Amino acid sequence: MSTASAPTQTQDTAPITGAEIVLKALVDQGVEVIFGYPGGAVLPIYDALFQQNALRHILVRAEAGAVHAAEGYARSTGKVGVVLVTSGPGATNAVTGLVDALMDSIPIVCLTGQVPTHLIGNDAFQEADTTGITRPATKHNYLVKDIKNLSKVMHEAFHVARSGRPGPVVVDLPKDILMGKTAYTPAPETKHPSYRPRTEPDPRAIAQAVDLMVKAKKPILYTGGGIVNSGPEASKALIELAHLTGFPVTSTLMGLGVMPAADPLFLGMLGMHGTYEANLTMHGCDVMVNIGARFDDRVTGRLNAFSPNSRKIHADIDPSSINKNVRVDIPVVGDAGNVLRAMIAEWKKRVAEGAKPDKKALASWWEQIETWRKRDCLAYRKSTDIIKPQYALERLQAITAARDDVFITTEVGQHQMWAAQFMKFQKPNRWMTSGGLGTMGYGLPAAMGVQIAHPDALVVDVAGEASTLMNIQELSTIVQYRLPVKVFILNNQYMGMVRQWQELLHGSRYSESYMDSLPDFVKLAEAFGCVGLRATKLGEVDAVINEMIAVKRPVVVDMCVDQKENCFPMIPSGAAHNEMILGPTDKDAGSGSGKGPISEEGMVLV
Amino acid sequence: MNQASPIQRRTIAVLVDNEPGILARVVGLFSGRGYNIESLTVAETDADKHLSRITVVTSGSEMVIEQIKAQLDRLVPVHRVSDLTQEGPHVARELALVKVISKGNDRVEALRIADIFRAKAIDSTIGSFVFEITGSGEKINAFIELMAPLGLAEVSRTGIVAIARGEKRM
Ligand SMILES: Cc1ncc(C[n+]2csc(CCOP(=O)(O)OP(=O)(O)O)c2C)c(N)n1
Ligand SMILES: [Mg+2]
Repeated sequence: MSTASAPTQTQDTAPITGAEIVLKALVDQGVEVIFGYPGGAVLPIYDALFQQNALRHILVRAEAGAVHAAEGYARSTGKVGVVLVTSGPGATNAVTGLVDALMDSIPIVCLTGQVPTHLIGNDAFQEADTTGITRPATKHNYLVKDIKNLSKVMHEAFHVARSGRPGPVVVDLPKDILMGKTAYTPAPETKHPSYRPRTEPDPRAIAQAVDLMVKAKKPILYTGGGIVNSGPEASKALIELAHLTGFPVTSTLMGLGVMPAADPLFLGMLGMHGTYEANLTMHGCDVMVNIGARFDDRVTGRLNAFSPNSRKIHADIDPSSINKNVRVDIPVVGDAGNVLRAMIAEWKKRVAEGAKPDKKALASWWEQIETWRKRDCLAYRKSTDIIKPQYALERLQAITAARDDVFITTEVGQHQMWAAQFMKFQKPNRWMTSGGLGTMGYGLPAAMGVQIAHPDALVVDVAGEASTLMNIQELSTIVQYRLPVKVFILNNQYMGMVRQWQELLHGSRYSESYMDSLPDFVKLAEAFGCVGLRATKLGEVDAVINEMIAVKRPVVVDMCVDQKENCFPMIPSGAAHNEMILGPTDKDAGSGSGKGPISEEGMVLV
Repeated sequence: MNQASPIQRRTIAVLVDNEPGILARVVGLFSGRGYNIESLTVAETDADKHLSRITVVTSGSEMVIEQIKAQLDRLVPVHRVSDLTQEGPHVARELALVKVISKGNDRVEALRIADIFRAKAIDSTIGSFVFEITGSGEKINAFIELMAPLGLAEVSRTGIVAIARGEKRM
């Protein structure tokens, strides 16, 4: 016995360098891939990386890309995404991605180099107060000032990033710490003394929630990204609960895929560009069951007109999300999957004990919902020549519908909202988009991260031409690692979403929302070593999409779409759900729906 | 949404790890989210466990107060958040050092009032006193107000520290 354990013992207690400790901790935490970019302060880690094979390093072309790639990796796998950047500009370039991950609750551990401890505070070369800058940009951050704490901090960083409401964690690593030596210690088994997120819901809260649900006449399940974060089992539980109760289901932008789009109980996305049926169901419901969504202003519209007649249940793993924007009747703190399973059990128990949900009321509620559905709110004016962006996405959806391995990322703008409306997600973790922060430049690197995790899958970045230019350099990474990512640009030559707001709110004064001198995306693709394809006429769309998929290489598609198309339905900022503007094909659009010009109150909102 | 309910004043005690940056986290949370800080005090209270206790006096609607507590509790190095105002009777004290520079009658009067307020002169010269006074914030305000015409020159206050009455522990 003792002889067998002796070698590992000495191995574990033998001093190794800080850089080696970092890598050992990563391996022990199950990390396989790091997205990074080197520099002086992290050279010891890069040197250690060179001498091992357990971790794969993906060399991005800018640190912003590293974080978004890690986000795509994390969101599509449920694992923690790992980033490694140098001090100063390396760290500051990562900040946008960190805030993005914070807003969308994506688990990220970002290792930043730092100047040696004795130089901290001296304005040393490439020094930045990284923990200061990233304090409000992360779930938590650490500056390691004593190598004895390094192992512990590394393990804790992963625990904090992935548990509770997931989020980004920064570990700032001064160079002398990386070069010092001490023994590595494995992850502790003891609980964290102060950080203990609550994951099991209080049974009394579940009982109160199900009380309401059993009596509901006009219910809705309002689901969000918390269900994605809980894992695929939570989606299964949601489907079970929905079918057990017969309740309609809507989802936030971040939650798309938790309920299969093909399920008849699914009403589509809600919110600013959500469906007519989802928003009116929210507006008119009498019991709202929010699971893992956070009453974002993009969802609620005007707060004092938000779902005015409903009793609200809100289940969230983060107690600070509850009663933040909307006061709810029954708060439930816990992990979405646990909450859903507890609700299922409680519902079954109630029914077994003789509780009788109001089937008649539910049936007439569904009748009402079906009339809203018939409004066909996503209809758009068809064309025979010019490519409507919605048409391009409809075709992308139709052509890829039979496949089970499609992952969609997006940039930010109209194309993002159309993708949310027209792409149909049957599973969670298949849809990666920057929801909370709305970061242009997210989709391309995120697609790269997804493809690293799923090498054989079809990964498409539904993009706008303006957003694509914000992290275009990552095409070079994509080529280096032979990632067959597809960048599907709906090129309208406008910052379309900005143009749309200017049209609706600022008298069609298109101030700085048109881009002259855009690059030739086909040639640009070729310059990077990708395949470039272009469609300018409706008749070319299918062929281009088919070729894009057939080519087993990275492809950039320049889909030249209608420049003036707007994204509908739309609830203008500051309006209520029942004040939605519908598209030009709707027979009542313009008269009954949009209630005149947008209020001044609404104008100040973003 | 939040304007509907009346503004309340709360004294909140927060037990935290005494580590670099913890105060910045708490203060940053208040400024970043637009919460009020009326007073904030912090010092290590358990050297063995490296724990500090922060006492913060804040105000806001019921919903905002609940947010403040939930947001504080969410910080990784925060062990406990206790709303002393809500959780029952508590005692709250503040200490102030008040410098008064005066001569003649004013000087005598300052000393007389200090006596009434049980303020101690902890430094005196021919032309000045430094009084130490403890008490509730209101008592200290009253004292300072009375000193104003009597040569009040400078004030340094600690902000409120507070603790629950009785056997209850945090
Ligand atoms: C980094 C960043 N800067 C600015 C914005 C504001 N913004 C939102 S959408 C948009 C236009 C996006 O244009 P494009 O990528 O071409 O997409 P489209 O709306 O045309 O589909 C802008 C500028 C943003 N979301 N992110
Ligand atoms: Mg555009």
